[in-house]
Amino acid sequence: MDLIMQQFPVVIHSLNIGFLQTLKLFVVTLLGAIPLGLLIAFGSMSHFKPLSYFFKLLVWIIRGTPLMIQLLIIFYFPGLVLHHNIWGGSEAGRFAAASLSFILNYACYFSEIYRGGIQGVPEGQREAGMVLGMTKMQIFTHITLLQMVKRIVPPMSNEIITLVKDTSLARIIALQEIIWAGQAFMKGSQGISGAIWPLFFTAFYYLIANGLLTIAFSHLEAKLEYIK
Amino acid sequence: MSFLEVEHIRKSFGKTEVLKDISFSLEKGEVLSIIGSSGSGKTTLLRCLVFLHMADEGVIRINDDVIFDAKDPSTTKESELREKRLNFGMVFQSFNLFPQYTALENVTLAVKLHAKEREDYEKYKANIDEVIDAEGKDLLCRMGLEDRMDNYPSQLSGGQQQRVAIARALAMKPRILFFDEPTSALDPELTFEVLRVLRQLADQHMTMAIVTHEIDFARNVSDKVIFMDQGVIAEYGTPEEVIDNPQNERTKAFLANVAR
Repeated sequence: MDLIMQQFPVVIHSLNIGFLQTLKLFVVTLLGAIPLGLLIAFGSMSHFKPLSYFFKLLVWIIRGTPLMIQLLIIFYFPGLVLHHNIWGGSEAGRFAAASLSFILNYACYFSEIYRGGIQGVPEGQREAGMVLGMTKMQIFTHITLLQMVKRIVPPMSNEIITLVKDTSLARIIALQEIIWAGQAFMKGSQGISGAIWPLFFTAFYYLIANGLLTIAFSHLEAKLEYIK
Repeated sequence: MSFLEVEHIRKSFGKTEVLKDISFSLEKGEVLSIIGSSGSGKTTLLRCLVFLHMADEGVIRINDDVIFDAKDPSTTKESELREKRLNFGMVFQSFNLFPQYTALENVTLAVKLHAKEREDYEKYKANIDEVIDAEGKDLLCRMGLEDRMDNYPSQLSGGQQQRVAIARALAMKPRILFFDEPTSALDPELTFEVLRVLRQLADQHMTMAIVTHEIDFARNVSDKVIFMDQGVIAEYGTPEEVIDNPQNERTKAFLANVAR
């Protein structure tokens, strides 16, 4: 116990730095995947068949394979083909590759949630907009969108909480997120080696982050309660 | 020449022919009731008139202007139809109010969006929006909803929701207002308040076509009545002719079966 207390400040400092990288990946993924998911949802609902087949194929491949494999392919495959690592050897390069993998993966999951949300808005809403002379775009932005948002908050909060934890997969391409930081103390880092407790301790970071997210989502749900 | 002329409308869904050669006309300020049993094509007819369905054949004219001709592709483009829909207002059986907007916002939303297309909108923005809000409030007052303007649809009764929907349709200043079974989703008590509004509109000579099961209302308020049966107009005339002295056997059978 004394030993842990001794190691504590060093470890926490290191985990904080790792968690910052975790949060960065989390935020960048959301910023990319939330709009990209909408594009994929529109694409897969398109009446132009080749377009909708293309996006359905994409969603099938991305949802049908492990995110870990996607990370490895996106990080290593270009180098195998081009004989040159397009991501560079730095942490920034690994972060870019991880961001691309996560955005693509989560956009596909989000797109299916959006599609359900859009199709769940009663047809009469669209028709009411049409007979009032609104354009398709106006109908989407002024009528469908918010009703869709209300419908998708519960499934989206599920996915987003999963994303917080999924960021740990980026460790497979050596992104220095919190799990990576915790694990470093097993192999040896900053004079500490053979310590497994830092790795276990990372769980608290995830718990707190997801606790805050859960509270935020229930607030959002309550705020949209008036839409019935 | 009549105000609204509908000629030879046909509409099929797959192999089922729902409308078989429908023609009728409506004069300015007239009220037309369309009655008939379920599945006779009444609702489909209204939906073809506001282009929620595209008729397979037929012509629609307002004031002698052809606004729809199934044979002329230039009149059936979605971009064209959007503007032409503005000739008509439509009130749905299930109200279809926008749940995220208050009663007043429901009434003014489309008017404001439409005003944005005006060239002078940016210049007079505040003014225009103020006028639209004032008109919206006025319409809701006429519907007897002066103390309900800031309520969301979920906080309103069915009758109140339907009156908001009527105000919303009127806000676009349509030349003809269509109602698709406006009281079918309502309790008898609430039906009354909606019918009272319809009667007011008829007194103000709003041109209207109403699909309804309220036979007494159709008799008292309409200038003309259509009885539809299996996709055709089986009988067409004044309420005295169609409701009180029906000639067609199907009309007689239908009227005998409807609770008065």
